[in-house]
Amino acid sequence: MYIFLVAALFIAAAFSMSLGAVKIPVKEIFLILGKKAGLFTQYTVSERYEGVLHIVRIPRVLLGLLVGAALGISGTAIQGIFRNPLAEPSLIGISAGASLMAVIIIVMEISLFAGLSNLLGYYLLVFGAFAGAGLAALLVYQISRTEGKSNVATMLLAGIAINALAGALTGLITFAADDQQLRNITFWMLGSLAGATWETVLSILPFILVPLALLPRMGKALNTFALGEVQASQLGLKVNSVKRNIVILATMAVGASVAVSGIIGFVGLLVPHTIRLIIGVDHKHVLPASALLGALMLTLADLLCRTLIAPVELPIGVITALLGTPLFLYILIKDKKKFAL
Amino acid sequence: MLTAETITYQIGQRSLLKDISFSVRPGELLVILGANGAGKSTLLRNLSGELKPLKGTIQLKGKTISSYSTKELAMLRAVMNQQNIVSLPFSVAEIVMMGRYPHYKNHPAETDLQIVEEVTRLTGISDMTERSYPTLSGGEQQRVQLARVLAQVWNIPNALLLMDEPVASLDIQYQQQTLAIAKNLARRGFMVISVLHDINLAAQYADRILMLKNGRKWYDGSAAEVLTAKNIYEIFEIDSDVYTNPRTLKHFFIPKDVRINSIP
Repeated sequence: MYIFLVAALFIAAAFSMSLGAVKIPVKEIFLILGKKAGLFTQYTVSERYEGVLHIVRIPRVLLGLLVGAALGISGTAIQGIFRNPLAEPSLIGISAGASLMAVIIIVMEISLFAGLSNLLGYYLLVFGAFAGAGLAALLVYQISRTEGKSNVATMLLAGIAINALAGALTGLITFAADDQQLRNITFWMLGSLAGATWETVLSILPFILVPLALLPRMGKALNTFALGEVQASQLGLKVNSVKRNIVILATMAVGASVAVSGIIGFVGLLVPHTIRLIIGVDHKHVLPASALLGALMLTLADLLCRTLIAPVELPIGVITALLGTPLFLYILIKDKKKFAL
Repeated sequence: MLTAETITYQIGQRSLLKDISFSVRPGELLVILGANGAGKSTLLRNLSGELKPLKGTIQLKGKTISSYSTKELAMLRAVMNQQNIVSLPFSVAEIVMMGRYPHYKNHPAETDLQIVEEVTRLTGISDMTERSYPTLSGGEQQRVQLARVLAQVWNIPNALLLMDEPVASLDIQYQQQTLAIAKNLARRGFMVISVLHDINLAAQYADRILMLKNGRKWYDGSAAEVLTAKNIYEIFEIDSDVYTNPRTLKHFFIPKDVRINSIP
């Protein structure tokens, strides 16, 4: 399974680097990448290809991989914490919280921190988005809990409320924004990887690598959560601190993704669900596998939205929503009785 | 040894437990009886460490419950809860293995696998290990949970096993089987405390019975001492005839018909 996913990921990444306005043969890509690593020095490669690859394609593919892995794994983690397969970051307002903070920072940054260097500015953005995501998660969690259990209906309704509130506040802020900021803000609302540069990749790298490294170790913990929080504690889990750590890691990943690519919905729903259908529900495997599948899915989705109606680019959020909403409805209908909405 | 001393527990102004003291020795099966709302589950949740008594102390193996870490406690006591809703479709085998989680880090050791195998056989769920938990009937789910709980403390000497209505949705075969397992564990040195509703089941298996009423300890003693028609009337407000099983010499009860004033 892992081998298959990793192989598919490599192939998808290679294709994604190859296709676009300028087509680069896959062989050329290997040569160029090889050259960077100090291999194949006897070959000469096209400088034009090298330029496109270096400036446009590689950062874009890397960003897709990182954001996809982040959304996939955090979707799994958050569903585990909420004990609920519908808890998806964009549905329950976590992404909206992140994007609201990001928008606030974009507008403030120019006026307040105009002097900040670019990478530092991005870090600030990521931190802000992380804080927004964390706050929203905390809010939904507190609202949706009754007697130690999270209530699905309340959770989704709280999500609607937070989404609406964040949307309204974002709208309010756009009045204070200038043209350039407005363009940036619109981009948040739709979700896109078009902002990919080496800087954006580097700015989110730590915030995504840390959750990617740590969350897969929470497999046993999340499994016992599925038994119930009381049961998890009876099995020796420090429920509150584990929960806090997982939420911090997951919102960190979501926040970083939102900061550079806006709200890309439904990945956190699609990916874990698909993985569970294939390999079962044990988080020991679902966590790493959903990072891989998330990366794969977003790379492919990005490839589609870049090439489908080229030279115009579709927002990637459109593709993920097209795939995700039917699944969401399916889960809803299938488990209608259980959720008792 | 488990010793509870003058436990008082309340939520807001409403006190649920008042001044309850008792102790359980290794090798003993204690059954808690009482009417709905008498405080049985609350008492059990205090004993498990989930709730903290307002007053009084609970000591397990010479240390107060609250001084153990969550992890240490998991190695000393297991709890069979009344409500068990599993949020993901785990397989039966996976759920039972979770009982061994406190004992290994990444991969189950040979002992863990052996214990899982043993409790799976004992609880009669061997032929459903690959099935998905949510597809099981209520009774089957309860047996899976029992297996998980047993797996947790199976190889721990003098462990504490707390069970909250472990037979609630079981058929008569598995009611007997579950209590027989509990009794057997007690014989192996466990301290077993179980909340039951069935007086006859309690009479049949309990080494000792604790009767609660309105959050207070009402009676505490052997089945023969405690289970009398008079006491049962006091606790449950129901008249019953008491007979003696000629083979085991244990008591059993047949409730008398309850007359209900017709509802206008």
